[in-house]
Amino acid sequence: MDFLNGITLISNYILIPGLTYGSQLALGALGITIVYSVLRFSNFAHGEFMSFGAMTSILLCWLFLSLEINLNPLPTAIIVLPFAIIITIFYCILVDKIIFKFYRRQNSKSVINLIVSIGVMFFTGGLIRFIIGPGDKNFFDGERFVLKAKTFKNYTGLSEGLALKTTQGITIVLSIILVVLLFWFLNKTKTGKSMRAYSDNKELALLSGINPEKVVLITWIITGTLACVAGTLYGLDKSYKPFTYLHLVLPIFSAAIVGGVGNPVGAIIGGFVIAFSELIVTFAYKKIFFYFLPNYLVPDGLLQILSTDYKIAISFIILVLVLLIRPTGIYKGKII
Amino acid sequence: MYLLFGENITCGYGSVDILFNCDVGVNEGEISSIVGPNGAGKSTAMKALFGLLPIKQGKIILDGEDITNIPPQQRVLKGMGFVPQTNNIFPSLTVEENLEMGAFVEQHDCKKMLEYIYELFPVLKEKQYQLAGELSGGQRQQVAVGRALMTKPKVLMLDEPSAGVSPIIMEGLFNKVTEIANQGTAVLMVEQNAKQALKISDLGFVLNQGKNLFTDTGNSLLENKEVRQAFLGG
Repeated sequence: MDFLNGITLISNYILIPGLTYGSQLALGALGITIVYSVLRFSNFAHGEFMSFGAMTSILLCWLFLSLEINLNPLPTAIIVLPFAIIITIFYCILVDKIIFKFYRRQNSKSVINLIVSIGVMFFTGGLIRFIIGPGDKNFFDGERFVLKAKTFKNYTGLSEGLALKTTQGITIVLSIILVVLLFWFLNKTKTGKSMRAYSDNKELALLSGINPEKVVLITWIITGTLACVAGTLYGLDKSYKPFTYLHLVLPIFSAAIVGGVGNPVGAIIGGFVIAFSELIVTFAYKKIFFYFLPNYLVPDGLLQILSTDYKIAISFIILVLVLLIRPTGIYKGKII
Repeated sequence: MYLLFGENITCGYGSVDILFNCDVGVNEGEISSIVGPNGAGKSTAMKALFGLLPIKQGKIILDGEDITNIPPQQRVLKGMGFVPQTNNIFPSLTVEENLEMGAFVEQHDCKKMLEYIYELFPVLKEKQYQLAGELSGGQRQQVAVGRALMTKPKVLMLDEPSAGVSPIIMEGLFNKVTEIANQGTAVLMVEQNAKQALKISDLGFVLNQGKNLFTDTGNSLLENKEVRQAFLGG
């Protein structure tokens, strides 16, 4: 019984939140990796693109709710998501046409593009705060839980509860669908293959008659989609606050680099590595020892390695370690 | 009348000219080789013919049509296939995907061409689902040639096909080149291994310092005493 309780505890506090947060990071890292491998620069504006997507979802949610359209028990955000994706894609393409295209024409170095993307990041952040304000926005509605802790306890008779929030369920399911679609697109369709070819060997792709402008356009469509979904899911799960997306850039970049930049599988693995490291290092283990050790051995402290305030430091430490020890990441990616 | 003809070409990089009033060409269904010492402008001539380099003087004619001002992508559509010397494959795509990319712009039946290429290079059929980057040098070269053949070009241009492969593989590759020419595709190639290249060539162009030195059939060039002494090592 104690053993089962311990397992439930780990699932509830590490496994499920880790899968959720990991999926969100993975989607973000995928966006960065795809821009990096096709357009050859690190897009620091990606966090703000996610924020933009989330903001669009919120605005549309308000609109839909005022028209009394909802999807009870699922959150309204699900219905507005396709529209929010389209708007985010439109914004990404607009930014590309006005800003990135100019530097692409000049064949700018990737460092210059990186700095430009930081400019885009600040601009987008400002635009978002201008539109929706810097405050906290909670746009979750509908049923809160798929599985309530209490129901689980009653059902199993364990003293530890296992809860699955609706947002967590939606995040995991949507991420799986999106990743499957993305991989299908990249590996099975002619356009997807031409994108990989372009990222592999630009000159030869041009010689083969692959249209670079089309590849760039599709890259932004994919990036916009991933950013909007990841941003909305993150906001839905943890409530939306524009500034948090600025901090999100670091774990997302760590995820992309840990996995191996330019490798989509790596980005997903990296997302989960970062998410689980953050949770494992900041979790208070006292209760687990309580279940797994005889009573007289359980220590008094909380047994937390780092306080949750240092969450962001963990992705930074991992990033530095990976860059020092294995700059190509888990899957051999390109070195930035 | 040549099928592909670069007539009186002068070009170079920036203000420095590499080629001076150079003529190179290939007849339908034949093989032409451009040979000469390092720095003779062989690869430059190739790039100029394919439109990768702006031309200062002269013109390029494909099948009676002046294509001097057409960008490389459209030359592919007009029936030219080009295999660069380096970076001529997509390493993280499978062999089959590499070939498919070759036919990216073509509307005709891609499967039929795939079959033809697998027949020509049986090794590629065995490795069709393997990443092209994992293949050996000779096999990569076959992928590169196969990719360029996917558009059913009238002229296939090879820039140093034997660079970096062993003599045995090179011989096999040259046999395939002959086979491709026999199937009706003209082949224009640049080669370091002048002797072997001239042996299979109908026409040879010996360049030196950007100028045409000799132009003759492959065999007569091989027998030409001057060419032998200067470029073929006696």
